[in-house]
Amino acid sequence: MLSNIPILSSITFLPLFGALIILLTCSDDEQGGKNSKFVALWTSLITFILSLFVLFNFDNDLNNFQFIEKASWIPLSNVSYHMGVDGISLPFVILSTFLIPVCILASFQSIKKQVPLFMSLFLILEVLMVGTFCAMDILVFYIFFEAVLIPMFLIIGIWGGVRRVYSAFKFFLYTLLGSVLMLIAIFYIFSKTGTTEINEIAKFSFPYDIQILLFLAFFASFSVKLPMWPVHTWLPDAHVEAPTSGSVILAGVLLKMGGYGFLRFSIPMFPDASIFFAPFIFVLSVIAIIYTSLVALVQNDMKKMIAYSSVAHMGFVTIGAFSFTNEGLAGSVYQMVSHGLISGALFLCVGIVYDRLHTREINAYGGVADIMPNFAVFFMFMMLASVGLPGTSGFVGELLVLVGIWKTYPIVAIFCATGLILGAIYMLWLYRRVMFGKAIKEEIVSLEKLSKREIIIFVPITLLIFIFGIYATPLLDITQLSINNIIDITEFHQNKNTVSQIATLKD
Amino acid sequence: MNLYGISGEIFLAISGMIALLISVFSSKDSSLKITTRFCNLSLLISLILIVLSHKNSGYLFNEMYVYDGLSLYSKILIILGTILTLLIGNKPQKIDGFNHPEYPVLILFSVLGMVLMTSSKNLISLYMALELQSLPLYVIAAINRDNLKSSEAGLKYFILGALSSGLLLFGMSLVYGAVGDTSFSSISEVSSQNMSSILLVGLVFILSGLAFKISLVPFHMWTPDVYEGAPTPVTAFFAIVPKIAAITILVRVTFSAFDNAVTSWQQIIILLSLLSMILGSFAAIMQTNLKRLMAYSSIAHMGYALVGVASGLLEGVSGVLIYMVIYIIMNVGAFIIILSMRRDNQIVEEIYDLKGISKTHPFLAFGFVSILFSMAGIPPLAGFFGKWLVFYSAVNANLVFLAIIGVLTSVVGAFYYLRIIKIMYFDENDVNLDVVENKSSMAILGLMLFLTLSFGIFLNWFVETTMGIVSLI
Repeated sequence: MLSNIPILSSITFLPLFGALIILLTCSDDEQGGKNSKFVALWTSLITFILSLFVLFNFDNDLNNFQFIEKASWIPLSNVSYHMGVDGISLPFVILSTFLIPVCILASFQSIKKQVPLFMSLFLILEVLMVGTFCAMDILVFYIFFEAVLIPMFLIIGIWGGVRRVYSAFKFFLYTLLGSVLMLIAIFYIFSKTGTTEINEIAKFSFPYDIQILLFLAFFASFSVKLPMWPVHTWLPDAHVEAPTSGSVILAGVLLKMGGYGFLRFSIPMFPDASIFFAPFIFVLSVIAIIYTSLVALVQNDMKKMIAYSSVAHMGFVTIGAFSFTNEGLAGSVYQMVSHGLISGALFLCVGIVYDRLHTREINAYGGVADIMPNFAVFFMFMMLASVGLPGTSGFVGELLVLVGIWKTYPIVAIFCATGLILGAIYMLWLYRRVMFGKAIKEEIVSLEKLSKREIIIFVPITLLIFIFGIYATPLLDITQLSINNIIDITEFHQNKNTVSQIATLKD
Repeated sequence: MNLYGISGEIFLAISGMIALLISVFSSKDSSLKITTRFCNLSLLISLILIVLSHKNSGYLFNEMYVYDGLSLYSKILIILGTILTLLIGNKPQKIDGFNHPEYPVLILFSVLGMVLMTSSKNLISLYMALELQSLPLYVIAAINRDNLKSSEAGLKYFILGALSSGLLLFGMSLVYGAVGDTSFSSISEVSSQNMSSILLVGLVFILSGLAFKISLVPFHMWTPDVYEGAPTPVTAFFAIVPKIAAITILVRVTFSAFDNAVTSWQQIIILLSLLSMILGSFAAIMQTNLKRLMAYSSIAHMGYALVGVASGLLEGVSGVLIYMVIYIIMNVGAFIIILSMRRDNQIVEEIYDLKGISKTHPFLAFGFVSILFSMAGIPPLAGFFGKWLVFYSAVNANLVFLAIIGVLTSVVGAFYYLRIIKIMYFDENDVNLDVVENKSSMAILGLMLFLTLSFGIFLNWFVETTMGIVSLI
């Protein structure tokens, strides 16, 4: 029965219907806003339940894409609408469908103007994110990947803070500039291989110098999206100005598109170039981890601090991915999923206090723990998860990455560990300054406690972070076979290179 | 002689003359209305005649006139584009008290020139058709003769247009000198054997003349001034229709007359395309007048479209033909919005006048935003597919650098499109714009919006159709 239903397309395009319903029926007044909120919430919840269906029917022992749907789109050029999930994309699909209802729920109170538009943009965003992770055709992937810019640009620009225009433009143009180079590379691949199927392209081996150029073109796009140092500067701006739910989605899912891109395209398609560039990427990532941690240390803006910490955490993702070890790659995916939950939750925490006090300045707070004890618990848990305390998902991801990189480049692992310590410093310091001390300021004393809605938002995320922290097997099982495929490819090419090096030495 | 293949054009010519009489003999108040209706009707009928008569392809008048897939395709676009621009200009003209019944008649004659141009397969018929389409355009650019800007636009357009016609004619005479014949098939034959330098110089001049009509850099000087000076409905017409005809004839000249000398014209086209993309994108950044901005944006778009021709591949041409459809869709939509902008019954054209329109006129704003994102080439909107097809053909023809510069300039272009979106959506509402909404324009905008959003669904049909057309050029 299941095989007949195009389940991935349903998950992808169901929110579009919700968005259309909202756009066509909900007027821009109080009642329309209320209706649109519920339409959006229900649509995203149904989508989430549908995506759980995929999760439970996913066969971990099948080393291939599953739930494949294929429809011819442009037969003349051999481009087709092709969807499917494997162990790498499935976690991200679930992450997206999980975070969207959370975000919608979180923006029930904080979004005041043009609510229907906001809700429909969020649903459209969900369409595009799920589509990005499910696409098995590189052009279809690009269309979803790039289209994300439109709703995100509007979300930052319309509902953002004071410097929203600057941030929205920076976000849009930075990301667009990176992606268009990838587009040309995609055209080149298409023109040389005659196919746009991701699976088929991965079988094709490009000449070494071409691989380098293609890798750089893809790198331009993914490194901006991830973001890596030194092209990360759009991220703090975008995060700070975006509304809370926008920040959550940005940190939770959009950044992962970059990491997903590395795992799905860069490494399997250009293995030689990936091996060649791995040290370069390690250097950038180590700089990202240490430098942005230091920058985070001196921030006065809570959101900015968490944004910089995101850059640092993403450094672990790239290091894990390019370590080409089983642990490293698994850790990379694990870290992305866990960071999606943790940083999303941290932004929600900031949003909670921001909704009440309308400032993100750390100095404006102090002693919140006395007034909002429930909140203090949640915030502490998220903070510790972000630091990577054992028992939280952050620990598993970082540990796996460190083990993986220790096997190949121990020196990199040492630098990474330094980053961990710095992370602990700024997060604990942030917590102390915001939560502890005596609540003397009048605004702080009069803070409202967490509402039921807000607790409902936090509970599932907290549970997931905790479960992934103590029982990592389910997620690792899902990703295992797909990661093995990547390792097979890179090992083959590494050996090939060694053999040829030995051959040249003999000569 | 069987004149069935040209029956649409003959009908158009006759109805143009009748329209002239109607405009003179009907009462002064209703003259414009009646003439416009008559012209729309005759355009529609001639469209049907053309579709019927172009079922089979063939030649007429000693191969001077060809009716084939390419001419049918462009004729449909030209006539539909004309009808759309006449429709969207109707109401604004009425409000402005615009009463020149000769306006639709002149457009009709110009369209006659264009449809003939797309069918010409001989330098002489090409030149005659080109002049037939240009002369009425000079007049309608200056149709508001009491307005200084409009007169200036008309004069500028006329002088530069005459210059370009001179260049074209000079190039044609050189080609004639080298070939000894004016038909495209003879040119093709001679250029395959011996691409003499006279022929080459002739080719350069012909391309320059055509580049004037498409407003490609460095022959673009007239575009911003004419766009700004001409009455907006006329600008809409200028922006959309003549470009289709000129691009078609450019394709015809390069792929039919000089099909054996690809390397000779390829570098010229590459240069024109590069310059247009770069100048169109960068110069538009400084513009605050919407019509001037559209002028530079159209220069950039023509540059992108030309990338497909520059590839020298048939799939590139197919990309160009699809690009033109997308270009029409986007421009019709954009001009509907520009035409509806008023304040205190005065036409306003500054981009800052759009402030806060998202709250007062959500549909209009949403339509414009989609069109602007589409112009910037963001998927999954129509503009992306146009860029995809032409840049892909460039990469296929090993012109990777052209494609790279193309996408980079499109990022620059995205900046000024985004700026308009910013003004509409992000800025606080303190200027009130009276928007003249009329049902037919809004219906057309809805249609264009639908096409912009869902072009990907129709893409395959277009690719198959145009590939079928270009394989027979």
